[in-house]
Amino acid sequence: MIMPSCSLLHLADEDDDRVFEMGDYEGPIARWCSGCGDHSVLTAAQRLMADKQLKPETTVFVSGIGCSSRFPHYMNTYGFHGIHGRALPVATGVKLSRPELDVFAVMGDGDCVSIGAGHWIHATRYNLDMVALLLDNNIYGLTKKQTSPTTPRGYKSNTQPRGSYLLPMNPLEATLGVTNASFVAQTAEWIPAHLFATLKAAYEHRGFAFVRVLQRCPHFMPDLFTDAVKTPDMIEILDHPEGIRAAGIEKIYKNTTRHDPADLNRARELAEDMSAIRLGLFFRDESRPRYEETRALQKRTAREKMDLLNEDFDRYAV
Amino acid sequence: MKLETAGASALAEKEMSVHTVSDISVEVVSDSGEGAQKCGTIFGSVSAKMGNGVWTVEIIPAEVEPPPRNPAGASGIRIRLGDKEVTNWGDETNVIVAFNEQALLGRHDLNALADDAVILLENMWATHPDPAVRKEWEDAMERLSHRSYRIIEVPMEEQCLTVVDNARKGKNMFALGLLTWLFDRDLERTKEQIAFAFRTKKPIITENNIKLLELGYSWAEENLDVRYVVPGMEAAGPMVVMNGNEAIALGAVAAGLDLAAMYPITPATSVSHKLGEIFEKYGGVLHQAEDEIAAAGVAIGASYAGKCTFTITSGPGMALKTEFLGLAVMTEIPLVLVNVQRGGPSTGLPTKVEQSDLLAATYGQPGDAPHVVMAPATIGECFDIMTTARRIAEALRTVVIVLSDANLATGVAPFPRPELSPEWQAGPPDQRPIPAGAKPYDWDPETGLSRRFIPGQAGGEHTLTGLAHDERSKVAYDSDTVQRSMTMRSRKLAVFQSTLLPPEINGDPEGGDLLIVGWGSTKGAIEEAVGRARKEGLSVSSTHLTFLSPLQPGLKEIFGRFEKVMTVEINYSDIVGDPYITPENRRYGQLAMMLRAQTLVDVDCWTRVLGEPLRPGKILQAIRQHMPGGEA
Repeated sequence: MIMPSCSLLHLADEDDDRVFEMGDYEGPIARWCSGCGDHSVLTAAQRLMADKQLKPETTVFVSGIGCSSRFPHYMNTYGFHGIHGRALPVATGVKLSRPELDVFAVMGDGDCVSIGAGHWIHATRYNLDMVALLLDNNIYGLTKKQTSPTTPRGYKSNTQPRGSYLLPMNPLEATLGVTNASFVAQTAEWIPAHLFATLKAAYEHRGFAFVRVLQRCPHFMPDLFTDAVKTPDMIEILDHPEGIRAAGIEKIYKNTTRHDPADLNRARELAEDMSAIRLGLFFRDESRPRYEETRALQKRTAREKMDLLNEDFDRYAV
Repeated sequence: MKLETAGASALAEKEMSVHTVSDISVEVVSDSGEGAQKCGTIFGSVSAKMGNGVWTVEIIPAEVEPPPRNPAGASGIRIRLGDKEVTNWGDETNVIVAFNEQALLGRHDLNALADDAVILLENMWATHPDPAVRKEWEDAMERLSHRSYRIIEVPMEEQCLTVVDNARKGKNMFALGLLTWLFDRDLERTKEQIAFAFRTKKPIITENNIKLLELGYSWAEENLDVRYVVPGMEAAGPMVVMNGNEAIALGAVAAGLDLAAMYPITPATSVSHKLGEIFEKYGGVLHQAEDEIAAAGVAIGASYAGKCTFTITSGPGMALKTEFLGLAVMTEIPLVLVNVQRGGPSTGLPTKVEQSDLLAATYGQPGDAPHVVMAPATIGECFDIMTTARRIAEALRTVVIVLSDANLATGVAPFPRPELSPEWQAGPPDQRPIPAGAKPYDWDPETGLSRRFIPGQAGGEHTLTGLAHDERSKVAYDSDTVQRSMTMRSRKLAVFQSTLLPPEINGDPEGGDLLIVGWGSTKGAIEEAVGRARKEGLSVSSTHLTFLSPLQPGLKEIFGRFEKVMTVEINYSDIVGDPYITPENRRYGQLAMMLRAQTLVDVDCWTRVLGEPLRPGKILQAIRQHMPGGEA
């Protein structure tokens, strides 16, 4: 049983015959740099919405702060551009109050992996039914090139001009280590078919679907995936009938590994091994308990509540 | 000091003295885990049921189980009884039951005991096998002997062992028996209250507890020669008795708040204990978040998507939530934040009262973030304030901070049972489509008020942002928009302030020599002190503010009727005359600072941070000293 939504007045009637096209989800022209990976994710999200015929008014994109967190502004849906690192708590609140809404949390690597890392771990564990997108370009862009937790070691930035001191954090490995993780996938912005297929699988997942999108930042991290873009064999596609299959990419991306997304141990090994860039579904388990199902709540009218409250007051009666 | 050994006076020989009193304070102190609070709570509840005014305050060490027999670790409860309504914890304790002499010393050291206090003291320590313990007992007796206490030794352990194997788990009920006899409480009602208090435990627990109660009662009957009668009142109507945190939890339900997000923090947590117990049957969600920040975020996200929600915290937690509070103000999302204040700064005094978060609550958010700050003054108001706060938050589309404190949180007192109305409940969010052309912030240029769009409303799609934005919620950094949007968010507060009434005057509304201004939980103690001062002939009145930001109207005019105005608060202020402290560099109490800024009246302050509620007697002293032309 899923927690009920809060009571609502004047719900739209059921025979809604609107048909949505991609353009219906488009907001104003995105103000990201040309060549920024965010553009591809925006298009893929709009395509997903059209594919699923999601209603703009019952879809909420929640973001934090950073280049990628401007995302909701460019969608014609409800959006919540909040504060740095806190997209997931806000998204959690939206979903707890209104489980029927489609909720997407869009975060950068600073948002998710650094300042909001605590929320990332716990949102994974709560396993609310939503899509969490980590748009990971391995650098802080909006604030002009500071080291992020995923910045490659030795990469020079304005805060670590002699090169990043630490090993980069591996968000897949971390997410797969969290109790109750239920969907972990990785895709890349420069392979639109794979990106779309991944978003679609994430949306269809019942639970917290964590997707890391590998992204280029043309300004501050221009060469990160240059070789990978030019040399498709550097990409290893995780393939399985239960996994994510992007139609039409087989001819270019021939380097595949068979991986059953039910196999958590193997998923962890694949995530930990950095010798290849792996795209696909690392892990999925729809049987993991979802937070919405933890409470058997009953909707109460105002009068019922007051009757119950009177009973509670009886216990304090003098 | 008179030291009396147990059983020295047999019933036949003893000469009973019965005192009829209109006001008396009782304490039960022990090591943590010995159940002194349970004993006191039951005693207080029975007394309330017998028509007495009651105020109980828990004495709680910061640790769960600090080392035993340690003055700083004293755990217990004070119960003040009266033949009229009791509004505060009073001054000194007249009767105390102590489970060991070290806990007693802890109270003695804090000057909590009246000079002629009657002390019922467990005497097993006097003959303890460990010589170190015996030495501690002797030293304690020596220290206590400098006061006129009457110490009556009671063989609690020995007596309790006749009923239970472990007297640690029973002494409190024996003590309850002592008090029940001493104050002539209804034994049957006390038994009922015990059965209620232990209703979730095995029946044998209740049975043994009742045996221990009776044992204590008959021991007292045989051995004690003093009794107190506190006449009861006829209740004007049905009353309920609870603590302030329970009242907040029930108030939240009454207000129709359906989601609370919190992270455990003393002394706020017991609100969520109550909610945890009852909220789900109302369809409510209590979300224990991973941290304070997330709790604010979840509450804000839920409010944004539906009905107004709330979060519960204490000072350090409110500090963590500040960025989110600014976001809620900026995006005009209704939110109620309850801050049950404790002593600060930093971790401070987690279990003790202070009123030191007023400035942080009002001004603590980065940027200009106008919002409402209000404070309940009584336990009954803790209940009412939740509906008021929720309504204001929704009407103004902003944050309402409710400042309770540890005194209200753990204080237990009866108040008139509210007559519940379903109209207090928040209505369901409207899901009708948004008319073409309507904007997410359609600020009324006169009032700054606007209608909120809620996800699900077709045609209302927009993105809320914490960035500067215009009426359409579009990011806008141009000068006109920044100035206008700030004006609109601020104007709402002025509109709200125009609907408030001036505060009432306790004493003489015409004016006089001194006006005391207070806020929050100090109301009862201030009014008691003012009442006593007026009986002494002093021309003093008081007023108590429920709204701290915006301030209630008419203050400057009211202040003008008095020769001098002084706040009384439980926060820090410098004392002129202390080294380096001058009228120019003096740091004032927090309300005093706000009143001075807002009214340009030279408001003085008397504030103390003693880690305990203000005693009316101390306020009275301060009044005497601060009368215009007085010593200070």
